[in-house]
Amino acid sequence: MKVSVIDHLFDPWQVVADYQQGLTALKGKYGATCLFVGTMRDFNEDDSVKGMYLEHYPDMTEKQLLACLQQAADKWSVLDALLLHRVGDIYPDEPIVAVAIWSSHRGDAFDACRFVMEQLKSNAPFWKKELLTSGESRWVEKNTNGYAKKS
Amino acid sequence: MSIKVRYFASLKEQLGRDEDNLEAVREYTVSQVWTEVNPGQAMPDNVLIAVNMAYVDQAAVVKDGDEVAFFPPVTGGER
Repeated sequence: MKVSVIDHLFDPWQVVADYQQGLTALKGKYGATCLFVGTMRDFNEDDSVKGMYLEHYPDMTEKQLLACLQQAADKWSVLDALLLHRVGDIYPDEPIVAVAIWSSHRGDAFDACRFVMEQLKSNAPFWKKELLTSGESRWVEKNTNGYAKKS
Repeated sequence: MSIKVRYFASLKEQLGRDEDNLEAVREYTVSQVWTEVNPGQAMPDNVLIAVNMAYVDQAAVVKDGDEVAFFPPVTGGER
């Protein structure tokens, strides 16, 4: 299991493909890989957003992210897991976070992946400051529940 | 040795500094540490607290050499 805090633009698809390539001992063992990628939107709460700064608490962040993966592995049958998270200045359409779970069966992979995302959002010490197109900036102090309202 | 106190995000901006050092003359609880370095200023209601990078509550004991962090609710990942 591995976590990585990244301060520059990254390609989650490539990083996960490379990581899976390196899982030689697990070849033939995993039947499911679940990958979640979170990408920055250009809107939030009806405002147009042109960028954000993601502050973090170095070392505690890594420790908490690893704990999220460990908790998932304690609850589900996880063969391996990878968690990547951006910090610093991020712009719309750039990936922010990637969680990949490898397991024998799809149920464990889906459930563990979802769990890791929800856990990290309430435990990992990251703070978002949004820069609006109006020029205003604001700290985001509340997470949404993960679903958009269906009209 | 001393107790290192750290602040992050909006709390850091409100206080106008990211760090304090408290000369540890005894053991403190987290809330006593706050009062020592922020006299006359109430701890924000929604503050999260970590001692040595593990979450604790206000009653947790802080010793010489520990690092205490105060910060607002966290908001990682996509939304």
